[in-house]
Amino acid sequence: MLAYVGKRIAIAIPTVLIVSLFVFSLQHLLPGDPILVLAGEERDPAVIEFLREKYRLNDPIPVQYLAWLGNVLQGDLGISWRTNQPVLELIGQKLPVTIQLAVMAMIIAMLIGIPAGILSAVKKGTVIDYTANVIALSGLSIPNFWLGILLILLVSVHLGWLPASGYESPFVDPVRSLQTMIMPAFVLGTALAATLMRHTRSAMLGVLQADYVRTARAKGLRERRVVLRHAFRNGLLPVVTLSALLFGELLAGAVLTEQIFTIPGFGKLIVDAVFNRDYAVVQGVVLCTAVGFIVMNLIADVLYALLNPRIREGL
Amino acid sequence: MRKMTLAAMLLAATALSLPAHATDFRIGLQEDPDVLDPDQSRTFVGRIVYAALCDKLVDITPDLEIVPQLATDWSWSDDGLQLTMNLREGVTFHDGTPFDAEAVRANIERSTMMPESRRKSELASIAGTEVTGPHQVTFTLTNPDATLIAQFADRAGMMISPTAAAEAGVGFGANPVCSGPFQFAQRIQQDRIVLERFDAYWNADAIHLDSVTYLPIPDTTVRLANLRAGDLHMLERLAATDAASVRADDDLQYAEAVSLGYQGITINVGNGEGADHPVGTNTLLRQALELSIDRQALNQVVFEGVFAAGNQSFPPNSPWYNADIPIPARDVERARELIAEAGFERVPLEVMVTNNPVDMQVGQVLQAMAGEAGFDITLRAMEFASLLADQSAGTYQASRIGWSGRVDPDGNIHQFVTCDGGINDSGFCDPAVDALLNTARTSTDPAVRKQSYDAARAILAEELPLIYLYHQTWIWALADTVEGFTPYPDGMIRLEGVMVQ
Amino acid sequence: MTLAAEIDRADEALPQKSRVWAKLRRNRTAMVGFVLVVFFVAIAVLAPVLPIADPTATSWTDVRSPPSAQYWFGTDEIGRDVFSRMIWGARASLLAGVISVAIAVAIGLPVGLIAGYFGGWIDQVISRVTDALLSTPFLILAIALAAFLGPSLTNAMIAIGLSAMPIFVRLTRGQVLAVKTEDYVEGARAIGLSHPAIITRYILPNVLAPILVQSTLTIATAIIAEASLSFLGLGQQPPAPSWGSMLNVAKNFLTQAPWMAWAPGTAIFLVVLGFNLLGDGLRDALDPRSD
Repeated sequence: MLAYVGKRIAIAIPTVLIVSLFVFSLQHLLPGDPILVLAGEERDPAVIEFLREKYRLNDPIPVQYLAWLGNVLQGDLGISWRTNQPVLELIGQKLPVTIQLAVMAMIIAMLIGIPAGILSAVKKGTVIDYTANVIALSGLSIPNFWLGILLILLVSVHLGWLPASGYESPFVDPVRSLQTMIMPAFVLGTALAATLMRHTRSAMLGVLQADYVRTARAKGLRERRVVLRHAFRNGLLPVVTLSALLFGELLAGAVLTEQIFTIPGFGKLIVDAVFNRDYAVVQGVVLCTAVGFIVMNLIADVLYALLNPRIREGL
Repeated sequence: MRKMTLAAMLLAATALSLPAHATDFRIGLQEDPDVLDPDQSRTFVGRIVYAALCDKLVDITPDLEIVPQLATDWSWSDDGLQLTMNLREGVTFHDGTPFDAEAVRANIERSTMMPESRRKSELASIAGTEVTGPHQVTFTLTNPDATLIAQFADRAGMMISPTAAAEAGVGFGANPVCSGPFQFAQRIQQDRIVLERFDAYWNADAIHLDSVTYLPIPDTTVRLANLRAGDLHMLERLAATDAASVRADDDLQYAEAVSLGYQGITINVGNGEGADHPVGTNTLLRQALELSIDRQALNQVVFEGVFAAGNQSFPPNSPWYNADIPIPARDVERARELIAEAGFERVPLEVMVTNNPVDMQVGQVLQAMAGEAGFDITLRAMEFASLLADQSAGTYQASRIGWSGRVDPDGNIHQFVTCDGGINDSGFCDPAVDALLNTARTSTDPAVRKQSYDAARAILAEELPLIYLYHQTWIWALADTVEGFTPYPDGMIRLEGVMVQ
Repeated sequence: MTLAAEIDRADEALPQKSRVWAKLRRNRTAMVGFVLVVFFVAIAVLAPVLPIADPTATSWTDVRSPPSAQYWFGTDEIGRDVFSRMIWGARASLLAGVISVAIAVAIGLPVGLIAGYFGGWIDQVISRVTDALLSTPFLILAIALAAFLGPSLTNAMIAIGLSAMPIFVRLTRGQVLAVKTEDYVEGARAIGLSHPAIITRYILPNVLAPILVQSTLTIATAIIAEASLSFLGLGQQPPAPSWGSMLNVAKNFLTQAPWMAWAPGTAIFLVVLGFNLLGDGLRDALDPRSD
């Protein structure tokens, strides 16, 4: 097992390098001069030249890259060009926000997706199954931002039930934290709920036809008990693994959701940084996301390997 | 059923949690400010925060009169090369450092010497700062500069604690220390900036709020929704299209002021090879373009008439506006004649536009209007960073852009149309205009200045390197519980006298 | 929406040449999807000849006027007909969906074939690059690409296409690996057929079915991605209409002119739903296990 994990990590290192190289070249080769924006409205030539030197923009790109990489290896991701705040500190500030959002979205998605999936599998081929399916696909088809706007309009503006935007840390004011997060988490969770529902359904269908379930049925156990006790427990395992994998995607999906609900999280950090040409932040955040993604994938794979010994031996 | 209970619980919680923050004044901002260091910062929105955080040497009135703030009075030497300022006594910075002449000297030195400083060009005329008394400084200038006092009414005149500045250096913005009515408490980027009341403020009697929280909420709809929901006390830059609904709302107040800046089209007439296009090389076509635009209709369609149409660097309500050159009425016939006279039938023109919805809307209205006169305008939608890069490099034909505005008229015109102007992206150059604008810059006699600006405008209105279109109106929406807010044309939110019932 | 899930969904599909269409026709939800897709393709293609207003014609006197007999879906912020903009917007959305997926397949399929068929260091390099691309979230990658390339529909399509490409590499490679040890492939190799011949004759046909399913589903994702980019101001640029950019503008007028948002929002939803239903049905139809 350890060897397997070690091998996976060894594979991950070049992957991260490629990502960072890719993003680095992307932002340095393509148009738009961040220094002109940074220099202020008056665009003083002396300031422009000073900033170019300061951010090493006069060096050849490979030199810039190696310098950046060297700093990263020493744990220094640089400082935000826009606010002079260390990138690492920014990430530390924003990541928990997005994780809170993603966890809440995951909970909502599970609460909706798994029961719907079970129901749909048990009632296979009935109207309930069809309806659940169409609703799930609808969830996949509504763009995040559209749903978000509709909810703000309805719940905040017309009904006045929840704040339209903003964020509060759960450690400062847990109630308000929940209030501000519930709509965005719901928006982010819908697409995921649909995916979970469909996977739960197919997993349950597989399990419901398995011998031990037939046996349980044959023993005369009540259907509810068969489904929940026997089928569900076994059918759920792959769904849990999948959830770990999807968690990484949730972080990505948070980009638009955070933009709409003005949540100061990771997604908003990167979008604003791209628009402000805050290279240091873009670079640091993408690196961090890539590492996060790879780690989530690794965890999912290890989980899967643990549950499924054939894969472990195969590698 | 369960959902209903949850909603009811949340509702009850909202009702309970509000009164606890009643003395915290919450302001919705359109953007997240950049670094909070007056010497390094460059955004408009940052200045809104400074209005509560950092006092300046002088301030302005809503009518743009210069009035004392940290400097109580000042006088010029006869040759206009020395400015002596007497400073307010008994003022301390938020960290307890006393404010005195030495502090002013240190501040000016930082603004002019620090490599990162964005204030250098604003203070370029200062050759030396001398401490001539414990509370008196004398600035020596390289040449007479009528604009200097007005510069002191903005970031260049903001005084930061020399102790804190020396300690923090370039990193000052992480924990700014000034002498304004509120002191820095906390900042979470893209989320909030919290300032707390500074009890030792020299004018503490005018301050009725315990703390201020600035919340960047870029979406105008969401910002207004937050105000309506009671999560904000006020917001800045309400969308012009929301003005009517706010005015009609009994729970909200509306305030506005025409800005100091302008919005228009900058045409490349001499900046690199990009200037080689019909509209850039032919004055007649630029005049035709101006005549094809109905500025009032533009203002009406895009901004519901809330902004101010304009045709000069200063808004029509400004004392510096040249009343002899009023906003020309739209004249499509005349525009067609001019185009024909220039030897064209259809005139191609590529206009750069920043890709935000309102700017795109302006661009499309212009496109449609000019199209009727014979201009085939293509809009090149760009991000602001790319637009600036092209504009500065001269790789463009025309650009839909504006200027945030300065208190002194010089700041709205000199650097844009003088041959060596720092931001003369148009590439316009006319020695006569240079001479006039230099006279206006150095004379301290308002009559001489006005005359020079009027004469320069007469030339510019013919040559049209910039076609001015409108002047933004700053719009604030406030909860009806807020009292004592005064709108200023610089768009700042001054909290003196503001209170919540 | 979620890519990992889509790979799973497409993976289940196996080639089955016969009775696919018949099975698809029996699937009612898939037919609903089919009809939706055909409908939107039809209005997109027919937009120039339909008797509707010019989508870029402005009317200063009818700015943001509500739906009426003259303007079925109302007018927008500079007095253009929302109904005809919605119809023309179908072009941008469908083009974005189809072309970006075409880009993704055009690059992803051959690269995946090469990686899977030849294996070794080529496979290693390709897999690492694919992993790298996959580990940068889809939308973030697309936003960065579109922002840096400059905002336009073409660049948005390139950005979406490149971001979606790694899924196809991975999918193709997986299919090739599964097929290449089959007896008939081994046999072809044994009789000395050239690599290109083996790939085109024996491998490719077996890869196409899951690619088709994945493409249909990815078109749905790509349409949403285009709308998202346009919503952020990085897609189709005015005056040409696109649903995403219409929504981007409409969100500023939600209280005064909600009709500006309803039409494009509903259109995106329906067309994406159509592709999702159709893709789902295709998967079932191509899956020999489901009968």
